Amino acid sequence: MAYVPSADAHAHDEPQSFVTKYIWSQDHKVIAIQYSLTAIAVGVVALVLSGLMRIQLGMPETDLVDASAYYQFMTLHGMIMVVYLLTALFLGGFGNYLIPLMVGARDMVFPYVNMLSYWFYLLSVLVLMASFFVPGGPTGAGWTLYPPQAITGGTPGAGWGILTMLVSLAIFIVAATMGGLNYVTTVLQARTRGMTLMRMPLTVWGIFIASIMALLAFPALLVAAIMMFLDATLGTSFFMPAIIAMGREMPHEGGSPLLFQHLFWFFGHPEVYIVALPAFGLVSDLISTHARKNIFGYHMMVWAIVIIGVLSFFVWAHHMYVSGMNLAFGFFFAISTLVIAVPTAIKVYNWILTLWQADIHLTVPMLFAMGFLVTFVVGGLTGLFLGNVVVDIPLADTYFVVAHFHMVMGVAPILVVFGAIYHWFPKVTGRMMNDTLGQLHFWITFLGTYAIFFPMHYLGVMGMPRRYYAYEDYAFIPQSAHDLNTFITYAALAVGVAQALFLYNMFWSAFYGRPSGGNPWRATSLEWQTPDTPPKHGNWGEKLPEVHRWAYDYNVPGVEQDFIPQTEPRPDSGPPHDRQHHAGEGRS
Amino acid sequence: MILAVVLIVIVVGSVVFHFLNPWMLTELASHWGSMDAMLHISFLITGIVFVAVTLFMAVAIIRYRHREGQRARFQPDNRKLEWWLISATTVGIVALLAPGLVVYSDFTRVPSNAMEVEVFGEQWRYSYRYPGPDGVLGYADIRHIGAGNPLGLDPTDPMAMDDVVVHDDVLRLPVDRPVRMMLRSKDVLHGFFVPQFRAKMDMVPGMVTHFWFTPTRTGRFEVLCTQHCGLAHYNMRSHVEVMEQDEFDAWLREQETFGQSLAAADNDEAPDDLVAMGRSLADSEGCLACHSVDGSRRVGPTWLNLYGSEVTLADGSTVTADEPYLRRSIQEPGAQVTAGFSPVMPAYSFDQDEMEALLAYIRSLSEDADQE
Repeated sequence: MAYVPSADAHAHDEPQSFVTKYIWSQDHKVIAIQYSLTAIAVGVVALVLSGLMRIQLGMPETDLVDASAYYQFMTLHGMIMVVYLLTALFLGGFGNYLIPLMVGARDMVFPYVNMLSYWFYLLSVLVLMASFFVPGGPTGAGWTLYPPQAITGGTPGAGWGILTMLVSLAIFIVAATMGGLNYVTTVLQARTRGMTLMRMPLTVWGIFIASIMALLAFPALLVAAIMMFLDATLGTSFFMPAIIAMGREMPHEGGSPLLFQHLFWFFGHPEVYIVALPAFGLVSDLISTHARKNIFGYHMMVWAIVIIGVLSFFVWAHHMYVSGMNLAFGFFFAISTLVIAVPTAIKVYNWILTLWQADIHLTVPMLFAMGFLVTFVVGGLTGLFLGNVVVDIPLADTYFVVAHFHMVMGVAPILVVFGAIYHWFPKVTGRMMNDTLGQLHFWITFLGTYAIFFPMHYLGVMGMPRRYYAYEDYAFIPQSAHDLNTFITYAALAVGVAQALFLYNMFWSAFYGRPSGGNPWRATSLEWQTPDTPPKHGNWGEKLPEVHRWAYDYNVPGVEQDFIPQTEPRPDSGPPHDRQHHAGEGRS
Repeated sequence: MILAVVLIVIVVGSVVFHFLNPWMLTELASHWGSMDAMLHISFLITGIVFVAVTLFMAVAIIRYRHREGQRARFQPDNRKLEWWLISATTVGIVALLAPGLVVYSDFTRVPSNAMEVEVFGEQWRYSYRYPGPDGVLGYADIRHIGAGNPLGLDPTDPMAMDDVVVHDDVLRLPVDRPVRMMLRSKDVLHGFFVPQFRAKMDMVPGMVTHFWFTPTRTGRFEVLCTQHCGLAHYNMRSHVEVMEQDEFDAWLREQETFGQSLAAADNDEAPDDLVAMGRSLADSEGCLACHSVDGSRRVGPTWLNLYGSEVTLADGSTVTADEPYLRRSIQEPGAQVTAGFSPVMPAYSFDQDEMEALLAYIRSLSEDADQE
């Protein structure tokens, strides 16, 4: 148990000036807000880019974007959404805010490093945005940045664009590493008295395992970025065979484009789970709290997170079934990929079993959690198509893939992000977000994204390839498919515009929302038991909280109130419910 | 409650959509019906799970939505149920994986009687090569690429002499005969995909990749690039024509072999035939990958009737496509970009003779060329 008694007496000195409090802040809560607002801002950029792409795809006659811009928008949209929005928001935003509060710490273990992490992240975002203004514009290589194409002349932004992208990624990885070390160390070393690992909320488990994975996966991307940078600038040949690009012999020889793909996906697949595991954790807590019922099978849920985390490092080449790698690899990666479906399925079962015999409050956070479940089930099941190598062969690089990954790691996690923001916003600001706007936001977003991505699978089944700027005169594509594309564009624009509801709600409520009190959802976990809302610097006032139970004591038999905070001491001797209550601890 | 109704509508709507939508598989034209069968098995098994899970949610929401005084049942876990679910899931996974791997092992084993055909990709077109009577594709390397040899066949390899290189952008295949596609790339990653054949594979510079299939019906099919290969990725296309074996044999016999074309080039190399030299250069340098000579629109403006025409530039001004303009557009492509096209062409530096030849070739493609 990593309890530090001195932390009681030693409350931090509260920073006084505006600059130390809100700008160069070392407070995990302020850093979390900085991370979140930056991620949301850059996410809005990526959202606008996707709208522009959809206009080209659905209404090509508008001629709004040319092919160069299309590929540049496509690349930036993907990279921003996966890395600069979702990764940063889940780890830097939610991780930063919730880990210390949920484990009962006063702050991250390394507050200064935590501050640096944010400023490096901001720098990486600025460098990325700067690529819009460099000669040739940002890279249009696709977010996968596959060489040789990423650094040869036929691709937009093959000069400055790709280099700024690589530099930005390297800076981001520095930021993520500083953050990740902090999150892992804080979970392991700064838990308060009584907070055993198996009493931690699943949110902390998800972010904790995702942080470890980020520390292991991002180095693969870093070395790939450095090697490609050298190929592009110094003429090395890590990824570059002898080629003649656009009539010119390139000064390379003997490199392997497939090596890059292996490195990229060794990062890239765990990255999917770096985004998904925090979402799994957060949504578990949303469901349990708003269904007023303990999460079903807590132990299984924890182990599923751990097992998924480990297995996700052994499935990367399922992105490469038709890459030209040795076909024998397909057997191994198909098996490992489909095995991962078992712990993932357990999580889904346990979420829906939590709903059974519950007391379901369909609050806005709960609506988003339910939306996540449906979306994630569709996205997860289509993963079984693409993981099963022989089903993947016709579907690879078609719209089926686009639909699949948007469902499973685009829409599903972002629905959790929204649900989690509606849920924790009262703790962050002391005010509730507007319920009507929240409901409206949910329905447009949930139904809209389903209307976008569900039919899109079938375009892929038909064989429509992805990453196409236009589909002119392809005989196998019927007019109805073009009409569907137009419909999808309308849906996408509606969903995009609807996000303004959310932004307006968030900023308006921060100032004018209904005061929430400290625990509006009547939740058990520690962050809702802080002496102040929003929590002050040092979080816990004079004395650190003490934990006596797991985070899921909802509707415990024999107890009048329908929730028992983690800080509530257990009765010393056994009232009738106590045995069952022990079971609730998962036999710890 | 609304949510529960919506969930039910989503389930019913999705299932109905699956059966009624007009965008399912294209009509199969290869022997990979087993891939289609696997797709349908996957739809069936995952569809059942999707319906079950979503309906379960809907029922749970209807039955257990909050009412005054309601309490949830405290139930931390149920090991028996959990293990039962894990077992059922495992059975489902095996039901998907086992037949899938059986079909995949077919995909990895090329039949010994398969005919080898080469696909050569470059930004942004395909070329094809047949092995000739010896049945073996001769050695090739991009280092050998040059005038009259756009695929880089090794002129010293005897196996290459009877190879047939196709220049008209159409891959012809005999029906009902297994074919092993050997894929090469000159520059970046490309893909080779015919939706009706199902199977596809990337083309990777520096290595030869392959896959196989048996065409099962005659007809003309579109070839698509399925790996992002730069600006004109969306427009990198070609055709396959599947024909009867004897028709195919007759066609192949008429084609000039690599050896014959080498000999022809040696014999009647007329140094003053600038047009022929220019055409060969435009081919080997990749100009024709972007500039068509038949008026069709590609990444760059067509060369048909370009010479002497009025060209509208991106800034709205117009210019006559005379020799100085063409020369400048080759050496300094970003200077005067034609309206409606992206400024993506790299600068080329040709020596005096080559430039003259190219210009002569472009000139020859204009109707009024003779009047010059």
